[in-house]
Amino acid sequence: MAEPKRREKANPQTGAQPRSRTKPASGANQAPEDSPDTLRGYYEQMVLVREFELKAGEMYARAKIGGYCHLNLGEEATVVGLMAALQPQDYLFTSYRDHGYAIVRGMEPRRVMAELFGRTDGVVGGRGGSMHMFDSELRMLGGYGIVGGQLPPATGAALAIAYRSEPAPDAEAVMCILGDGATNIGAFHESLNLAGLWKLPIVYVIVNNQLGMGTSVDRASAEPDLYKRGAAYRIPGERVNGDDPIVVRDAALAALERARVERQPMILETLSYRLRGHSVVDPAKYRHPDDVEEAKQNDPVPAFRARLAEQGVLDDAAEEQLHKDVEQTVAEAVDFADASPLPSEEELFEFSYATEVANMPNAYPGEPVMAR
Amino acid sequence: MSEPRVITYRQALQETIRAELERDENVFVMGEEIGVFEGSYKITAGLLKDFGPKRIVDTPISEEGFVGAAVGAAMLGLRPIVEIMTLNFSLIAIDQIVNHAAKIYGMFGGQSSVPMVIRTPGGGGQQLAATHSQNLEVWYAHIPGMKVVAPSTPADAKALLTAAIRDDDPVLFLENLALYNRKGEVPDGELVAEIGRAAVVKAGTDLTLVSYSRGMVTALEVANAFDEEGISIEVVDLRSLRPLDRETFCDSVRKTSRAVIFEDDMLSYGVGAEIAATIGEGAFDYLDAPVRRVAAAEVPLPYAKPLELAALPDADDLTRVIRETLDASGFRK
Ligand SMILES: Cc1ncc(C[n+]2csc(CCOP(=O)(O)OP(=O)(O)O)c2C)c(N)n1
Ligand SMILES: [Mg+2]
Repeated sequence: MAEPKRREKANPQTGAQPRSRTKPASGANQAPEDSPDTLRGYYEQMVLVREFELKAGEMYARAKIGGYCHLNLGEEATVVGLMAALQPQDYLFTSYRDHGYAIVRGMEPRRVMAELFGRTDGVVGGRGGSMHMFDSELRMLGGYGIVGGQLPPATGAALAIAYRSEPAPDAEAVMCILGDGATNIGAFHESLNLAGLWKLPIVYVIVNNQLGMGTSVDRASAEPDLYKRGAAYRIPGERVNGDDPIVVRDAALAALERARVERQPMILETLSYRLRGHSVVDPAKYRHPDDVEEAKQNDPVPAFRARLAEQGVLDDAAEEQLHKDVEQTVAEAVDFADASPLPSEEELFEFSYATEVANMPNAYPGEPVMAR
Repeated sequence: MSEPRVITYRQALQETIRAELERDENVFVMGEEIGVFEGSYKITAGLLKDFGPKRIVDTPISEEGFVGAAVGAAMLGLRPIVEIMTLNFSLIAIDQIVNHAAKIYGMFGGQSSVPMVIRTPGGGGQQLAATHSQNLEVWYAHIPGMKVVAPSTPADAKALLTAAIRDDDPVLFLENLALYNRKGEVPDGELVAEIGRAAVVKAGTDLTLVSYSRGMVTALEVANAFDEEGISIEVVDLRSLRPLDRETFCDSVRKTSRAVIFEDDMLSYGVGAEIAATIGEGAFDYLDAPVRRVAAAEVPLPYAKPLELAALPDADDLTRVIRETLDASGFRK
């Protein structure tokens, strides 16, 4: 294996420093109206995502979870900020790195865990697993495992909104989450062009965690300033610090507003760092130890905690209580998932079609089709 | 040739790619995560270090782009080996494969060949859910202009990959996650298969069992178990889906009078359908029982383990169908 290189700090082409963290001064972008409860609420959600994901990793190691399992570790501030901006009437599409979004959008952690366990109480009955959270009532229209696969459908959801409603401050909009690596797939560019051309109410959020599996952004994207990639489609873009939930929320609110009111599709790039491997089975040896160390220093969860403590919003007792509550929620999620029944074989042919399909060979392996 | 060594399917692929890179400087490797990351399934481990980034090319997540780029590079005489992380993602490149790689030679009157290899693992059984567990090889086997090979043993992996790289046509080289650690004897030195030849890997007299790729592991296991009952099953490994060696399995059926096909893929329009039809045309008079197919249930493959297990064909299913086929023809040993 080649020696891991340190990740580059400047774009060699432009000399810009886009990938380094732009750390706003403490609370700089914070809207004055954020109440202590709101801030504590965000923090609690961040801790919940953190603890849930750590537990998911543990359950994978214990073979309770199978398949692929990608965690939002290091993206807690981004997840919470984005979901704080997304309104109930909005639609959400994500990639396979979707547990955090599912939970903060409102799915019960225990049902998300049950999905990871492949149980009947999972959010899609155990059919999808880690990569495929979905809840139509919450308008979370899916985590998608094919890189970039969510982009055209998300764009189409925005088409449906434009088709049946008028722009308004409370109009519906779509938020489509994708990774930095996904900006290199054709579907990204085709979707952007359609959205730009048809003036669709959608915000494409590029969660730049600086890696697509083992490939850093500058090794994959000719324009590593990803927020600029909408320029060819006249889609404005902005890059914000993804380690700060308030900054992310406010940027997302502004982008969503333009989508709702002006029908202007938008790009929002959030910059964070993936704290672990690409999926739970990836030891991520290709990362330079200094980068890993730096990422630990910049960990968004303790950073937000320190900020709240500094502002006198969160004292040690409150912090302790909050952790206890989260731990209990996560422990209950595991118990619930463990107790939830496995789907039974008899359900295999359910959900293949939304309609009755008479000529389908509804046969188990080895059963003769013609006998039915 | 010297003594064969016992190595894994993965090692056979690694060594073959390396040998071909050394032999021909027009050969280069391209794909996602194949260099720094050393391959999602570590088939390209160590290559970047030894051959450098010109010949071991990490690509962005742009399947349509880099598969199409391989087509163009091949038109100028390079011999790209493209790794698509899994067969499922080939769908993004399918236009470049089907409408370009497979068409350019014929449509332009034979003026430009497209000597490229697409290596990719297919198949389910790892709880990767519906989009990540598919057997789409038959889609490509449907297309004239394509070659599709699907070795099941380390030796065939070596011989067929060597042949595929040296072949002047586009070849889809099908691998399978469940085969990478399979061990087998592999002769040292040059080993080049003839693409389009099936192999009778176990001789028998009572029934012909046809399979390929991962299905062969189950097929052999079941056939060997029948040996203990004194029932003699002949096992044919297709090795190549296009060109398809119709003769070998028809000859076998003419001898055994019974045929069962075992495939991981779904039944409708599948490899088994093609084999069964060919047997109907080529060996009908010899048949003592209907040709049967053992294939996956036709559902988007669920994640949950019990459902995945129920959907995929296994040794029990195959054993049952072999017995039913023997019974249907009044077979008594
Ligand atoms: C079309 C396609 N190609 C390849 C893959 C394999 N794959 C899964 S995730 C991934 C990396 C994606 O990186 P990024 O978009 O940055 O998202 P992240 O995982 O960092 O959240 C790759 C290559 C896939 N799922 N789909
Ligand atoms: Mg990424």
